[in-house]
Amino acid sequence: MSTDGGKHEIGEVLLEMRGLRIEGQSDEQWHEIVNGIDLTLRRGEVLGLIGESGAGKSTIGIASMGFARPGCRISGGTIVFDGIDMTAASEETKREIRGSRIAYVAQSAAASFNPAHKLIDQYSETPVQHGILKAAEAEQDAKDLYRRLQLPDPDNIGYRYPHQVSGGQLQRAMTAMAMSCKPDLIIFDEPTTALDVTTQIEVLAAIKDVVRQSNTAAIYITHDLAVVAQMADRIMVLRYGDLIEEGDAREMIANPKEDYTRQLLAVRTYKKEDTAAAPSERPLLDIQDVSAAYGKTLLVLQDIDLKVERGRTVAIVGESGSGKSTLARAITGLLPPLKGKVLFDGEELPASYKARTRDQLRHLQMIYQMPDTALNPRQKVRDVIGRPLSFYLGMDSQAREKRILELLDMIELPADFADRYPGELSGGQKQRICIARALAANPEVIICDEVTSALDQLVAEEILKLLQRLQDDLGVTYLFITHDLATVKAISDEIVVMLQGRIVAQGEKQEILTPPHHEYTELLLSSVPEMDPDWLDGVLEKRKAAQ
Amino acid sequence: MTKILTMVAQRLALGLLTLFVVSLIIFLGIELLPGDLTEAVLGQSATPETVAAFRRELGLDLPPHTRYIEWLGGVLQGDFGKSLANEREISELIGVRFANTLFLAAIAAVISVPLAVTLGVLAALYRNSFFDRSINVVTLSSISFPEFFVAYILILFLAVNANIFPSISNVSADLALWERVYRVMLPALTLTLVVVAHMMRMTRASIINLLASPYIEMANLKGLSRSRIIVHHALPNALAPIINVIVINLAYLVVGVVIVEVVFVYPGLGQLFVDSVIKRDVPVVQASCLIFAATYILLNLTADVLSILSNPRLLHPK
Repeated sequence: MSTDGGKHEIGEVLLEMRGLRIEGQSDEQWHEIVNGIDLTLRRGEVLGLIGESGAGKSTIGIASMGFARPGCRISGGTIVFDGIDMTAASEETKREIRGSRIAYVAQSAAASFNPAHKLIDQYSETPVQHGILKAAEAEQDAKDLYRRLQLPDPDNIGYRYPHQVSGGQLQRAMTAMAMSCKPDLIIFDEPTTALDVTTQIEVLAAIKDVVRQSNTAAIYITHDLAVVAQMADRIMVLRYGDLIEEGDAREMIANPKEDYTRQLLAVRTYKKEDTAAAPSERPLLDIQDVSAAYGKTLLVLQDIDLKVERGRTVAIVGESGSGKSTLARAITGLLPPLKGKVLFDGEELPASYKARTRDQLRHLQMIYQMPDTALNPRQKVRDVIGRPLSFYLGMDSQAREKRILELLDMIELPADFADRYPGELSGGQKQRICIARALAANPEVIICDEVTSALDQLVAEEILKLLQRLQDDLGVTYLFITHDLATVKAISDEIVVMLQGRIVAQGEKQEILTPPHHEYTELLLSSVPEMDPDWLDGVLEKRKAAQ
Repeated sequence: MTKILTMVAQRLALGLLTLFVVSLIIFLGIELLPGDLTEAVLGQSATPETVAAFRRELGLDLPPHTRYIEWLGGVLQGDFGKSLANEREISELIGVRFANTLFLAAIAAVISVPLAVTLGVLAALYRNSFFDRSINVVTLSSISFPEFFVAYILILFLAVNANIFPSISNVSADLALWERVYRVMLPALTLTLVVVAHMMRMTRASIINLLASPYIEMANLKGLSRSRIIVHHALPNALAPIINVIVINLAYLVVGVVIVEVVFVYPGLGQLFVDSVIKRDVPVVQASCLIFAATYILLNLTADVLSILSNPRLLHPK
């Protein structure tokens, strides 16, 4: 049954898992992380596995190759690939199947290519080592595939080392590597998650195209329902190692049966009410003509002018390398700007944080992307939140204790969390602690640097709602740095679009999001995957027509 | 490429600076030694007149900084002065001895480096197996014994009991290469036993360290054999730490052989160094120290450069 109308035939059963159980080891004990999953995949079919982190989707994906990551083991059930029982097969049999008949495309191509060898050598290695092709034949194949995957300069790009090509190109080179032995099945493990949206769309198109043309079966693993909608014929929704729902892709997106699937689908529908603010004489934060560089020469911010009004949320959006985080560092004085000035409430702040007074520091607080690294694992929550209370506000222990409880209440965590260590908290809870730490200083402005990027979608949405509630209650101003346009739509009042260290568009949310857009804003907006399974083909056709 | 050349030039300059500081420390250290050199050399015939005359002859009546500058100036032109003990040119005296020491170090390195790396790779390949454990125990035991003990054990078994190798490594320039290799075999084996553990364990640890990397998982999922994964995918990325340890051990083979040379009465620089200290032949001691220091610095410099070259990001910039 074909869903995309392409040359795409679904044949007999290729992979069948029955009652698959996988255990993971932690604290010297084995816990089940996949609890009896049944999975059937036919030749030429693309199956999407979706779920949040901890759902077991990656683990199931590589289990089809008879492989369990170190610290994991397949503890029950059967995995039959084309008549071969992968759970009972010898290491030698499994080794022969891996790479040649089942191939794997990893999430981070940058980490999964060996830095010491050229791309084409890593491509040829699989067919040559499996005795399928000679090195010269494999290299010729590689060039053909690079061309089909629309890599630039396909005849020569293979002779580069992994660090010499971009992330999107690497991801395509890895897809090519997976196809080197014309496998029956490819496991795509979040292949576009680490990419920018504009790069993601190219890679998605390339993957979809080659999978369709070669009629390979595929398991496509992702946490992004909109992405899987573009790729899969059938979808399995997983949570904590259990199957929640399974069905035809279009059918499921149109009519989800389970609550959890509905939640996943409904995610990112949260939206702040539009409010217009009159520009005031004296904006809370006024950034004038700021340029900044790392070292003396590498200019990463150029002539930034930005005004932030009190109580508003300004979203700074751009792809990696656009300078948005550098802007945060320039404002907070972590990276003193080369030129320009930063005014807070009409008063010029010293360029470096070292020269700022304690009160000036207090007004600007930051929340970071990785709550794991932003919290000291050896400090209890009480100490994490209590430190700014004594440092900025000089509270004694009694007042501090009272305030810590108030803050925990504000971030919707019970009072006994004060005695916990960060290691005992989930990702979302840790990010809440980071928010509480920022709030403890009673700041005017909080700079949120990709605060939801490392979190699962449902958790991220809760964090956004919390931030909004805090703004409504306390009138704090947010500078919200993100690459995720859905987050921007959800939380911002104003949007600033950055590209290569410059602001290319800025204005009220409605104004930026309604056409006509700036060319780059248009590219960004049109690259965000939508739930509609025909979205990818539609966008690509439109772009082709425009050229 | 120019980036690498500037980097090498920088390291080289830094190495020269270090050597200069070392020369200063050697000179000052010897200056601070108690006792009077002239009295020690003259012994019974040390009357105030002879001592004064001798001091004048050696230039010891001049202030220290003048003597240092003169000494350094001489060294820069390859002139280390004359030995006090036998009046011979030190450069001549040391030249032969140093060549002998390098020869012994080279033989030891040729045996120990391939052995250590191979054992390390095998231990990583079969880690936690019986082989891995026993190789660990054996190499650790051999490094834990003092060198002279290892040397005497080897003499006992290989020279006295089995009579395979000579117990005294008496070599001279006129011997054929093969004969020389044969005669230095026991000291070379002693040194091998001393240095192999360190290099082997570093090779094993660096490789195992990398086995958790995503590209090793990828190699596994490409269906490659274990040996190919270790040798082709892990080893090239583990080179930098391995090179560093190898070079430190090579430096040790050159400058740390004093005891082994004494035990086997091998005419190397270490032996000369010990003799000269006993005879208070200060110019020779100074010169030997300086040569040891230079060897150490040069080898570490080589390690730096090789580690840089083993990093594809630096070797093949964008």
